[in-house]
Amino acid sequence: MRKLALSDEILLNIEKPARYIGNEVNSVMKDPEKVDIRFALSFPDVLEIGMSHLGIQILYDLFNRRGDVWCERVYSPWIDLDKVLREQSIPLFTLESQDPVKNFDFLGITIQYEMCYTNILQILDLSQIPLHSADRTWEDPIVIGGGPCTYNPEPLAEFFDLFYIGEGETVYDELLDLYKSCRSSNYSRMEFLRKAAGIEGIYVPIFYEAEYHEDGTLKSFSPTEPGIPVTVKKQIVMDVTKALYPMKPVVPFIKATQDRVVLEIQRGCIRGCRFCQAGMLYRPTRERDVETLKEYARVMLKNTGHEEISLSSLSSSDYSELKELVNFLIEEFKDKSINISLPSLRIDAFSLDVMQQVQDIRKSSLTFAPEAGSQRMRNVINKGLTEEMILEGAGQAFEGGWSKVKLYFMLGLPTETEEDMKEIARLSDRIARRYYEIPKEERHGKCQITASTSFFVPKPFTPFQWSPMCTSEEYMHRASVVKHEFQEQLNRKSMKYNWHDAEVTVLEGVFARGDRRVGKVIEEAYRLGCLFDAWTETFCNEKWIQAFQNTGIDIAFYTTRERDLDELLPWDFIDIGVSKSFMKKEWERALEGVVTPNCKMQCSGCGAAQFGGGVCYEGKN
Amino acid sequence: MKVRIKFRKYGALRFIGHLDVMRFFQKAMRRADIPIAFTGGYSPHMIMSFANPLGIGLSSDGEYFDIELREYISSKDAVSRLNAAMVEGIEVVSFRQIAEEKKMTGMAIVAAADYRTTVKNEVFPENWQEKLTEFMAQPEIRIVKQTKRSENEVDIKPMIYRLEAGGDAVSMQVAAGSVQNLKPGLVMEAFCRFLGVEFEEGNFLHHRLEMYADMGQGGVRDLITLEELGCEMEMETA
Repeated sequence: MRKLALSDEILLNIEKPARYIGNEVNSVMKDPEKVDIRFALSFPDVLEIGMSHLGIQILYDLFNRRGDVWCERVYSPWIDLDKVLREQSIPLFTLESQDPVKNFDFLGITIQYEMCYTNILQILDLSQIPLHSADRTWEDPIVIGGGPCTYNPEPLAEFFDLFYIGEGETVYDELLDLYKSCRSSNYSRMEFLRKAAGIEGIYVPIFYEAEYHEDGTLKSFSPTEPGIPVTVKKQIVMDVTKALYPMKPVVPFIKATQDRVVLEIQRGCIRGCRFCQAGMLYRPTRERDVETLKEYARVMLKNTGHEEISLSSLSSSDYSELKELVNFLIEEFKDKSINISLPSLRIDAFSLDVMQQVQDIRKSSLTFAPEAGSQRMRNVINKGLTEEMILEGAGQAFEGGWSKVKLYFMLGLPTETEEDMKEIARLSDRIARRYYEIPKEERHGKCQITASTSFFVPKPFTPFQWSPMCTSEEYMHRASVVKHEFQEQLNRKSMKYNWHDAEVTVLEGVFARGDRRVGKVIEEAYRLGCLFDAWTETFCNEKWIQAFQNTGIDIAFYTTRERDLDELLPWDFIDIGVSKSFMKKEWERALEGVVTPNCKMQCSGCGAAQFGGGVCYEGKN
Repeated sequence: MKVRIKFRKYGALRFIGHLDVMRFFQKAMRRADIPIAFTGGYSPHMIMSFANPLGIGLSSDGEYFDIELREYISSKDAVSRLNAAMVEGIEVVSFRQIAEEKKMTGMAIVAAADYRTTVKNEVFPENWQEKLTEFMAQPEIRIVKQTKRSENEVDIKPMIYRLEAGGDAVSMQVAAGSVQNLKPGLVMEAFCRFLGVEFEEGNFLHHRLEMYADMGQGGVRDLITLEELGCEMEMETA
């Protein structure tokens, strides 16, 4: 029987000990003597969050299919166990073998959102691995990062040995083989890193140097040695149907946020919303074959025992075989008491019909994401949604029996005026009015419209990457404008408006578009005790402000500053296949309020066609 | 058709709480393709009820839950399919048909449980075995039981059906269920006080051995294991 890393005494005195014992259904056990590479895969948050991430499940499966690799998982210990590990100097361990992470060959960390950055340092620190790549030796694991935040890896550059830019399915085998050959040939760690930099998609920060102008902007960013590539090219799987998919995902004991089978139906999005990073990063849109997905659904439900299945993609409604797939799922699994959950569906006759079959209409609410209140603003962000479409969808839903609607908006978008802010409340009211057009005897009491706003954060590799952000005070001011306008509306009693603090938004803004110098703020904040910054109960803005003061980093330089179109951006050395000139053109069209058609309507020449597949070539054989 | 499932829980699985064990079995039923019955409505759930959930940290050889079947399946087949869907630390022991009446569910009839409690070295004095006999010879054993709202003094002696030394461990049979329920930790706490030893939860490891229903009449206790109340379901012959 496995020996646990933690004693009974520790396990009985912490919250949710089940987070740390491993042994879950479909977790993989191997004999450590019979593998060449021990890989610790981490999501730097608690297990319930980390286990919900599809990417980790894909990589876990990808690595463990290799006979010479044992991949195990490690998550952030919650603050109660964090304290115990520090006090008793217990090194952080993986769930499967319960062995210390520091003895592994690799530590892979997926970086999904900016507010997990201090948790990355926690994982390294508790593992007793030096925080800086420069201080590590062959005694330490190779620390590699992946995921959406690595498209601007610079704030984290000093903490990682390698970054994998793009989809994991392509060059990991090559990297692992290289590692094995370097270890068996007794190459130095630096020599391994140098060779790894030669693999397409692998970024090795230690071989690059940044120089700055006097005003603090980037002057140059270049390799420090010959042979190190000037640009790092995004990795992408072109045939997603043939790409490997985990048929036996791990089923945790405690309820994960995503406690269901996840079917990834496509990658990428045709829409081209100008604020959306995912919409640009994952171009071109690539669909999975529907027959393959049907088979996956059957096998994965059987292998996990989950009682729910969910489709995953950006803008699911754009999947060309959606009807076929959804009808199959309903037919096949409804009698087996399997719930079908359909996120990110456009509200139309089809989706309403489907939802009527899978949900209790009286209890469930419909979600719209107009993102902006005014048509002008929606054109600026290229959200291809008109007010007529929204009211038409809401009207059909109300007539179909729904009375609860959730609306999602963003505040602080480029060029936003007070009029645009107020339109959020007015559009919500027009939706409520549409409800009360239904004769009283046919409707079910009052409607409930819940509008929520989040604050806009400009992201790298979007047309808005040059946009200034608001200050925290300005964001709050805008939220209060919206709030007051809601109170002016006819149907105010049927509407609720939610917003939240802007402090986290500002920090996200700094990290999203930060450069290498920002790393020291993260480290200082961690030293001051910042951890689990994505959790309201543990987030402490005062400590962050202190960290900025201690390090002399200016928040405004990264957030509210207007960037010149010719400025060298910290992430410009990464090539995502979508050109910078396309981004510039889109930024200019945004400022003019001109809409760009989606990829299925017309190609706008973004550059992603160079990958030779996906939506760029549909119907052009 | 109602069925009672007996299982063991040990090792790392001791740290999985009751609600998570329930979720584990709900998914295991699907993996093993057990023809379990569901409630109706928009969010149907499996008809499944647990007898006297085990606390976190405890291991057990005698855990039970009852389910409702919509189709026949033989005990042998069900046990082997379920065990193929288990993980190390949880094992299905039996799968038996039980009476249909509501009042016969495991939850309703459980009346007693056996525990074996192992004690860390040097927590007890050397003569603890004699002391245990003396402890049980007291006319009453009063302890302060804390509830959410208040604390009150109760005599736990009537709830201890048997208490004796079994080698290095303490062996006990105590009341369990919805009417009266005594946790083994509480018995050890009372015994520590009797010995004049400070009680620390971490010094004791409790292992549940079995659970019983009381089939006695007229106040005479007649304990029968929950398993014995069910009968094996044979393979169907063509």
